Amino acid sequence: MIEQKNIKKSEKMDEIPIPKPKKINEFLYFALSNNRLKVGLTVVLLFLILALIGPLLTHYKWDAYVGPVYHPPSSEYWFGTTTFGQDVFTQFVLGLRASFLVGVVGGGIGTLIGVIIGFTAGYRGGIIDEFLNIITNVVIVIPTLAILIIIATYLKVRGIMTESIFIGFTAWPWAARAIRAQTFSLRSRDFVDMARMSGMKPLKIMFTEIAPNMMSYLLMTLILQFGGAILIAATLDFIGLGPTNAISLGLMMNLAVLWGALQLGMWWWFVPPGFAIMAIVGALYVMNVGLDEVFNPKLRKL
Amino acid sequence: MSLKVENLKAYYQTLYGDVKALDGATFTIKDGEIMGLAGESGCGKTTLGHSLIYLTPPMRFVEGSVELDDEELPVWDMKKMNTFRFKKISIIPQYAMNAMNPTRKIGKMTSELLESRRISFKTTLPELKRRLDLVELTHDVLNMYPIELSGGMKQRMVMVISTLLNPSLLIADEITSALDVSTQKAVAEMLIEFRDRKFVKSMIVITHDISILYQTADSIMIMYAGKLAEKASTGIIIHSPRHPYTKLLISSLPKIGVRYSEKKLSGIPGNTPLLLNPPTGCRFRDRCPVAFGKCVEEPPFIEIEKDHFVACWKEFGKNA
Amino acid sequence: MLKLEKISKVYRTGTFGGKLLPAVVDVSFNVGDGEVVSLIGESGSGKSTIGKMILGLITITSGKIVFNGIDVSTLKKGTLKNYYRDVQGVFQDPFSCYNPIFKADRIFRIIKEEFFPNVKNPEWDSKIDSSLRDVGLNPDQVLNKFPHQLSGGQLQRFLIARALLLDIQFLVADEIISMLDASTRVDVLNLLADLKSRGLSILFITHDLSLGYYISEKAIILYRGCVAEMGSTVKIYHNPIHPYTKMLMASVPRLDKKWEEVEVELKAEHFELVRGCLYYDRCPIANKDGGCDRNRPPLIEVEPNHFVACSRCRKE
Repeated sequence: MIEQKNIKKSEKMDEIPIPKPKKINEFLYFALSNNRLKVGLTVVLLFLILALIGPLLTHYKWDAYVGPVYHPPSSEYWFGTTTFGQDVFTQFVLGLRASFLVGVVGGGIGTLIGVIIGFTAGYRGGIIDEFLNIITNVVIVIPTLAILIIIATYLKVRGIMTESIFIGFTAWPWAARAIRAQTFSLRSRDFVDMARMSGMKPLKIMFTEIAPNMMSYLLMTLILQFGGAILIAATLDFIGLGPTNAISLGLMMNLAVLWGALQLGMWWWFVPPGFAIMAIVGALYVMNVGLDEVFNPKLRKL
Repeated sequence: MSLKVENLKAYYQTLYGDVKALDGATFTIKDGEIMGLAGESGCGKTTLGHSLIYLTPPMRFVEGSVELDDEELPVWDMKKMNTFRFKKISIIPQYAMNAMNPTRKIGKMTSELLESRRISFKTTLPELKRRLDLVELTHDVLNMYPIELSGGMKQRMVMVISTLLNPSLLIADEITSALDVSTQKAVAEMLIEFRDRKFVKSMIVITHDISILYQTADSIMIMYAGKLAEKASTGIIIHSPRHPYTKLLISSLPKIGVRYSEKKLSGIPGNTPLLLNPPTGCRFRDRCPVAFGKCVEEPPFIEIEKDHFVACWKEFGKNA
Repeated sequence: MLKLEKISKVYRTGTFGGKLLPAVVDVSFNVGDGEVVSLIGESGSGKSTIGKMILGLITITSGKIVFNGIDVSTLKKGTLKNYYRDVQGVFQDPFSCYNPIFKADRIFRIIKEEFFPNVKNPEWDSKIDSSLRDVGLNPDQVLNKFPHQLSGGQLQRFLIARALLLDIQFLVADEIISMLDASTRVDVLNLLADLKSRGLSILFITHDLSLGYYISEKAIILYRGCVAEMGSTVKIYHNPIHPYTKMLMASVPRLDKKWEEVEVELKAEHFELVRGCLYYDRCPIANKDGGCDRNRPPLIEVEPNHFVACSRCRKE
């Protein structure tokens, strides 16, 4: 950072310029030096890459009977085979894709609904807030499992998309509550009053004054929803309420247990998907903690 | 009791370097003296108060020595200071009244505090009750939660707790700022009473409100940009200050009886220097109306007459 | 210019809004053209609430606020915007008045977008320039910076400059001095007093009596939402009549006199009197014969331009 040129040229001591610290973008600096963020992001990216290129590495279909049954991992079948002789690796990478899809669609829908409702309730207050609160509380309390079972009886064929949409529409209350609280606290700040006194319309205030301030919060909510959606999907799949025409990590574990993998010691069938879910969701949460340190100056260690 | 501080320096570590918040403080406090520590925001008064008792990161001890009652205070070592805190030196931090645990009854909180210092709550209880009477709080307060008390009551409670073990030195950081005028008066008078009854031997009262200090303090020390500017008895600081900053500061305070239409007051032009790379020499140089050549050298804080310390080259020339 | 007629603000608290919390009770006063009026009160006196009601940020429960003949409470969106061309406010915390992620001069751009969309840029820039100089700021030093790069005093002056851009007639200054350093306080105060000479009327809300004395002609002492004493500043300060005002004057730490002995009730028994004087529980001269616990005392003129609301303090 010290300008070497100047020091070489100047003869007198008083002409050496005091080195100015480079204009560091604070966020970037803390983001790049935060270990939690780096580790979490790396893990998630690794799995993402695997999900994207994995299916290109295998030429099997996930439900085709391609090899000997109960076969442990080998050079031919990297993750071994199932009790039916299906390739576990193919199932695994396709399942990864499915999980990421659920996370994006389910988490995305959940965040979107949560943000809209939370924002409106927080900014408007009063009777609109009360009304939206009632809706939020009702949705939280609805037993999603019961509804899912009912849906399962009617829809004989369910895809990943259906599952994602369902998760999105039932997981938003948590996001809505958090966003509402943040909006409340921001709304009473003086700069919102100043904006009102400048004649700005309420909608414009919401989007130009309040929303940009909550960017960090929104990002973290998105990450939490993403991870949460993957977890919920895994749980639903595991108890058999998952998609009927696709494979996912939770479904793999469901089938493994159903077909006796535990008793037969076929660890290669249920350990990879379980580990993957744990690693991805865990990494996401660790990332979130790291992001919190980046955005909140008080938590930073120097 | 006596407090001797010798060249105390404490810096804040930040991304861009060390902020030299307290850059060499040397002063003494006598037994029974209430010293007011005044200055504007960023002058280092809270840093000075904290460095005597509670030096935590990002604050960093650089050098200096502190002697309380002829005993060296290991201010750089948080663990070793534990034996001194609350017993020999105590602090009422800023916003203390809002920092009480809202889920603990006050009596429970006090007993936990005492137990942590291995002092029995039972044996201290009679003295505690006597003190509560003194500050006009009922004994029922011990069974209440902080939220049930008013601001003034909470502040009085905090004062009683902080002085329970009769410390030699009490540091009171902005204890009157958030209070109403009438409660301010009550709390300030209570400080004096604590000293008169020898619950506390001496005090450092940190505030930006010099008029409160006029009413309560024996001496006032003015800080500017991390360095000491002037220290003298209250009367001298208010009526005949010597340091140019003190003079400008006192004359810029609105008083009842002064109206704009009759006499326009003036402030001090300019801003306090940033302490990341403070200017060399006297830090008030850029805003001082009487600065001259010698001011590029840092003036020492020396005694120009009995118990009157100033750091200003212009003033040194006037006395012997 | 501005008239408040029996203004009240009552908040609903408790579950389902069962309890009522009166913040301002039947307050009436006037502010003339080019006049600086101090609204003095401690915390809980309702002074900030009155300020926000005048600025249209809080709804009025009952009473009228009349500005140049127009009833402010009837203004809705479009006309409310016009009201803001004449009336603006500056608040206590300079840093929270700015959106921290944007630059400070964004507030000027907002004014331009909302109120002067047709003014050309060079003309607007020179307007900003002269506004900034009027408040004692150097445009080169303060433009194009983020709020955290400027000092509290500079930010407050920025806000005043913003109000001047609109060529307002009335400014509500809500505790704008309390967060500033001693050396900048006086400069901002002097600025306000200078603006008065341009015809601006100011409602100066504060808890600091010496500031009120320095800058205003008229003073209003508020206690728990009611006016206790009102009138010419000099008369109130030198001859306080209401017991609360007397207590304030005696308790304020001054630089010329030590505290006189005054009975200050530390054990304030807070019982809520529905009908009597609000100061009853702390008043040293309250008694039941005078009706202090039954009647809310009205404001009575005890001498020209000096009003007191106290049942025991009639003119002898």
